Amino acid sequence: MSLLREQMNVVIVGHVDHGKSTLVGRLLADTGSLPEGKLEAVKANCLRNAKPFEYAFLLDALKDEQSQGITIDTARCFFKSKKRDYIIIDAPGHIEFLKNMISGAARAEAAVLVIDAKEGIRENSKRHGYMMSFLGIKNFMVCVNKMDMVDYSQEVFENIKSEYSAFLEEINIKPKSFIPIAAREGDNIISISPQMPWYQEAFLMEALDNFSKAAPNYARPLRFPIQDIYKFTAEGDERRIMAGRIESGTVSVGEEVVFFPSYKTSRIETIEGFNVEKATEAYAGQSTGVTFQTQIYIRPGEIMCKKGEQGPHVTTKFKANIFWMSKEPLIKGKDYKLKITTQQVPVELVNIISVLDASELSSIGNKSQVDRHDVAECILETLKPVAFDDINHIAETGRFVIVDNYEIAGGGIILSPVFEQESILSQYVKSRDFNWVRSDITPLKRALKYQHKSALIVIIGDPDTGKKEIAKALEASIFGLGKFTYFLGISNELSLTEASSNDRTLNKMQHIQQLGNMSHILTDAGLVFITSISDIDEYELGMLKSLNQPNKTIVVNVGENRFPIDQIDLVLSQKENTQTAVTKIIDVLRKAIALDPEYFI
Amino acid sequence: MNKVMSKLDVLESQSIYILREAYREFKSLAMLWSIGKDSTVLLWLARKAFFSHVPLPLVHIDTSYKIPEMIEYRDRLAREWRLNMVFGQNKDALTAKRTFPEGAIDRLQCCKLLKSEALKHTLAGDWPRYRLNHRTGEYEVDQNKEPYTGVIVGVRADEEGSRSKERYFSPRDRNNDWDVGDQPPELWNQFKTDFALGTHLRIHPLLDWTELNIWEYIERENIPITKLYFDQGNGKRYRSLGCYPCTFPVESTAKNVHDIVEELRTGKFANIAERSGRAQDKEDGGGLETLRRTGYM
Repeated sequence: MSLLREQMNVVIVGHVDHGKSTLVGRLLADTGSLPEGKLEAVKANCLRNAKPFEYAFLLDALKDEQSQGITIDTARCFFKSKKRDYIIIDAPGHIEFLKNMISGAARAEAAVLVIDAKEGIRENSKRHGYMMSFLGIKNFMVCVNKMDMVDYSQEVFENIKSEYSAFLEEINIKPKSFIPIAAREGDNIISISPQMPWYQEAFLMEALDNFSKAAPNYARPLRFPIQDIYKFTAEGDERRIMAGRIESGTVSVGEEVVFFPSYKTSRIETIEGFNVEKATEAYAGQSTGVTFQTQIYIRPGEIMCKKGEQGPHVTTKFKANIFWMSKEPLIKGKDYKLKITTQQVPVELVNIISVLDASELSSIGNKSQVDRHDVAECILETLKPVAFDDINHIAETGRFVIVDNYEIAGGGIILSPVFEQESILSQYVKSRDFNWVRSDITPLKRALKYQHKSALIVIIGDPDTGKKEIAKALEASIFGLGKFTYFLGISNELSLTEASSNDRTLNKMQHIQQLGNMSHILTDAGLVFITSISDIDEYELGMLKSLNQPNKTIVVNVGENRFPIDQIDLVLSQKENTQTAVTKIIDVLRKAIALDPEYFI
Repeated sequence: MNKVMSKLDVLESQSIYILREAYREFKSLAMLWSIGKDSTVLLWLARKAFFSHVPLPLVHIDTSYKIPEMIEYRDRLAREWRLNMVFGQNKDALTAKRTFPEGAIDRLQCCKLLKSEALKHTLAGDWPRYRLNHRTGEYEVDQNKEPYTGVIVGVRADEEGSRSKERYFSPRDRNNDWDVGDQPPELWNQFKTDFALGTHLRIHPLLDWTELNIWEYIERENIPITKLYFDQGNGKRYRSLGCYPCTFPVESTAKNVHDIVEELRTGKFANIAERSGRAQDKEDGGGLETLRRTGYM
């Protein structure tokens, strides 16, 4: 039955012109997987254009590909064996299209690497082999193609086999088979070839069927990255559903769960779905959704794990292997965006440990940047903590991409977390304060003169809760009391200086940094500085407070409070009218910053 | 409990993941609904992804040459499922009769005008969009003229060559053009979701599905599908739906979804390309690639 048949994604890789597309074309033709008339049509087209027919034309569908005779981008083709259905991903071999090869290979569960018997092992034979080990593809075989061009010589085959095996051993790949083939002639493709009686092991099709699918991730700890949070109240649906795909483990109704990096906890109430029987358990591979017994506020990006199971690492620094695909090099001190599971955070390259030439496995000494097609071991640091696993523990939560200027510029796998005392932020604050030349007017002198202490008053809450109106009215009231105050009404989306990036994730962090620095100056000058901000999380609020240190920060939350109560100085209901809200804030300020003369400064 | 995911479960899970990524990342997101089986499966997958809701507009490009049953079926489902239904069309070309076969233009030019051009301007919002008012049951001009920056499309890799080279998230430039030679990398379910102003992305959640998978899924989920796909008693049915001047029914006695699944699995269509009844593909030797580079779905 077709419904129960398994499906496997196989990528075909190797150096340019070693016959990958020919192999796939032949495989499709010989297994009867081509649409009726396709073979005849391509042959007729060749005849019309007076060029010899090639099986590769069945695959190289783009006009440029046919005219240049090379594969530019990966193609998906479908074929069946007796055992299972295959999606074959025909990847380009030219170095120029390495990113396309990697896009194809990253989807694959198995790889066939093709080497031309006559040309032997070439640069991309090795590079692609290395990338398969990087991508963690365990099902791997090598086909030595064009055996007809070397008179089906066993010696040629054995030489390539021993040389390439030695290379694979260095990168820790054990091929499941090494097969001599002639794709154009159909030798050892879907049956054993009489041309090479010295080879009696599996032919290509048989070797593909011998690959086994990786065991599912059920047995490992739960990793459920939250992709999004839905509440379709407008359509009369009161469920608050956290949706995502389970990357490993299982989770059941009633179980207690912990979120990383926030460490918040809750308990599963239901597992949701549409047009399915109500489930009590969800497991790795499923895109599902859950509701909770107690309401918690987290953002998309957190990883839900099970209490009692081993959790992921949570740090801002880690060691990783990166391959770089962008023409612009990866450099230190620049803000990039890291995407790992469903988390997106600003990231910087801190240190390059080594850079490897993947075609030679030799390291390139002392590089200060990572160039296109380099593979590098690096230390990266994020501006906020991220949750992840080592690649060898749970691969799905141990790999990431780096985005530069709208584009995925590099991919990487995490080798280990790096635990360090000082974050980028605390180092920054330290060096800022160290370089700050202070005058003889101390904060106390200023406070005595102004008759109040300084503070940053930040009003937080959901968009459209009237925060800005409260902030403005507050400024007017404090000003009316004869105090020194300033309200900065700047939208979340805007930066105080010209944005250095066009990325939302990076801009948001930049905005908070700028706001923190500005309030540090204004509160240092003795002012009561007021601002409002939407959509800020606990960590970002902490950042703002750190940047404003040693000066005081007072946090007012309008509407539903999503923060631990010890982080908030005052919670206001959204229904409160502006004047009552201001009165309540002033009440807090009387003591906190000695707004009232009866309190000592 | 039995934790084995079938092939359809795996395909479904991946498509849902892609839909949810798109919904989270794109403020102005729309889904193209051609009324055919693929985009109807896509619509169903949206209901799966969003727990019975479809929180985004469905856009149909009405060439006015669609088989009438298709429009009836569209509006019936739109009402039943309370869809945010929008259509657009190339009024100028239709008024001037620059169409095939009435006008002096060929099939490819007709496709370009009635589909590619209409799509481009409907997505950009510079031609009127007509939106179904559920209160009155009528279509009226949509006040929202904001360009859609993410457009979900139900193309499949097995349909024809240029589609086999697509990404799940595929950028289109300001002119709607597709640069097939330089597509973004896509790995480990991290997609291109960042884009410059004026450009947009096509999102393809069905790329890994085959025609057979589509029908198997329709059967499993019991998805309502237009009856044009079935033999109504004259020994003919549509295998692929388009405009009537360029789409021809195939000889088949498949009367229901199950018959179609059997026919594709083992029967007469097991090895015949699905779009064999679509005339525009055969023009120019690379017909669909030519169309697709300039914005065709």
